[in-house]
Amino acid sequence: MSTVILLAVTGLGLGALYFLVASGLSLIYGVMRILNFAHGAFLTVGGYLGYEVGVHAGVHARSWPVFVVMLAVGAIAGTILAMLVEILLIRRLYQREIEQVLVTVGLGLAAVALVTGIWGPDTRPMPSPSWMARTTSIIGAAVPNVCFACIAASVVVLIALQFLLARTRYGLIIRAGVENRSMVAALGIDVRRTFTAVFMLGGGLAGFGGVLTALYNSALSPAMGDSLLIFAFIVVVIGGLGSVTGSAIAAAAVAILQQFANYYTTSGVGDLIVVAALAAVLLVRPGGLSGRQVRLA
Amino acid sequence: MTTAGRQDQAVRPESAGTILSVRSLNAWIGTQQILHDVTFDVADRGVTALLGRNGVGKTTTLRALLGLVRREGVIELASSRIDGEPTHRIVRRGIGYVPENRDVFGGLTVAENLDLARRHALKRHRAVTRPSRRGDRMSTCGESDERVQLVDRLFPDLVRRRGQPAGTLSGGQQQMVALARALLNDNLALLVDEPTKGLAPKVVDEVADALEVAARRTPILLVEQDLAVVARLADRVVVMTEGQVAHSGPAPEFLADRATVRGLLGVSGGSR
Repeated sequence: MSTVILLAVTGLGLGALYFLVASGLSLIYGVMRILNFAHGAFLTVGGYLGYEVGVHAGVHARSWPVFVVMLAVGAIAGTILAMLVEILLIRRLYQREIEQVLVTVGLGLAAVALVTGIWGPDTRPMPSPSWMARTTSIIGAAVPNVCFACIAASVVVLIALQFLLARTRYGLIIRAGVENRSMVAALGIDVRRTFTAVFMLGGGLAGFGGVLTALYNSALSPAMGDSLLIFAFIVVVIGGLGSVTGSAIAAAAVAILQQFANYYTTSGVGDLIVVAALAAVLLVRPGGLSGRQVRLA
Repeated sequence: MTTAGRQDQAVRPESAGTILSVRSLNAWIGTQQILHDVTFDVADRGVTALLGRNGVGKTTTLRALLGLVRREGVIELASSRIDGEPTHRIVRRGIGYVPENRDVFGGLTVAENLDLARRHALKRHRAVTRPSRRGDRMSTCGESDERVQLVDRLFPDLVRRRGQPAGTLSGGQQQMVALARALLNDNLALLVDEPTKGLAPKVVDEVADALEVAARRTPILLVEQDLAVVARLADRVVVMTEGQVAHSGPAPEFLADRATVRGLLGVSGGSR
């Protein structure tokens, strides 16, 4: 029983990380029709800059205010990086979607190389508040506290995104843009501004998720972004492209499935099963769980 | 129609002529050229109907005016060039677009569809595009209220269905959402693409009624296959064949010439 609880909660924690990456990817794809392969880079850079804050804080690194600053720095770094990428590269390739994807692939590779150049290829321990490293007992299961932090952060992000999408004019434009962006432009709305905003939002969430990922693993490495990105893409497709709620459900489902399968079979089988689940969902519901038919025209 | 036209003229004495002028317009979809040297004018009042068989480039012409497809040529709206501008700027200058197949946002409610269409930013542009009308109206706020009232009056069905997702509406109701989106703003011209396509005869009449009311305020370029609707609404026609303009002139004369109508459109006049 305690094992089941432990697997479920750590699975939800991992799912929370998937969600932070996948929700941004999903919105970016939904509105801009770009599969952003540089998304892992936003996560990695955010994680490393958060790490730098922790390292420079020295003895204070284990205090809560420093933790908050780490998260903020990760989020801001991701936002700024995404803004630069969108304005300097993506926007110049407007309506040339294949080229946009190729640019993001190249950026993803270059970013990993750059991070490796600066911080080295080795895994580094992540400074974190001492509470995070401890465990809390839930019906006999010793659950690492960092899982609760990840889950709480993701729930807050999910609620904030829902509010943004449902209650604000920007959200209205994003939801309409996911359905038919040329019609949004034909209503006199500057879709390119929305593109930049959505890209920045996605980058910010990834940078924020980077700090949490490093905390979850209590370590960080240059490959951390890409290894998470693969599963985030699977989550996005299973959840339905452009759907935030779909991403949230799929993220939890994929991560828990993965945790259980990896534990009860051999490590690695869980990853395979996730891919099998992706294939199954695509066969049964080609639009993903949210079932929305994304217009590709 | 004529009475309304005269009233409009009284408000806009400078406006005996053209609202939208298209010169040597070429347009492409992918690598295929769809429009070849298309030249025509849209009168600054009433309805100008854009006619032609399926696939001659009527929809592409409207999309080219809005910059939604790659195009070259000179396009002037109220005597200023718009062909170099991105779609949203062209629209904000004062063009309302009612696309073929309605293109309402199915996942958004009726109210959200209409909110999205209301152009708050138009205020700034109005001073540029309509200098001669600045003193004619009380305030922007009153004007947009008046527009909302007009839309509510024309489409009472939509008021009742404000909270309903537009994707669950019937074809006719979706068409009304699409028309309402264009009528909510104070436009210089409306581009309306096959508004009666696939609708029941009774709904066709309702849509035509709405267009007739709209045309009293705003000139319309109307793509329409239903010649009965064209006969009822249009003052002038522009007829296209194979991506080119084959004929343009007053509507009644064209529709009366059965042989020409059959030759250019492949149908006899007045049929539905």
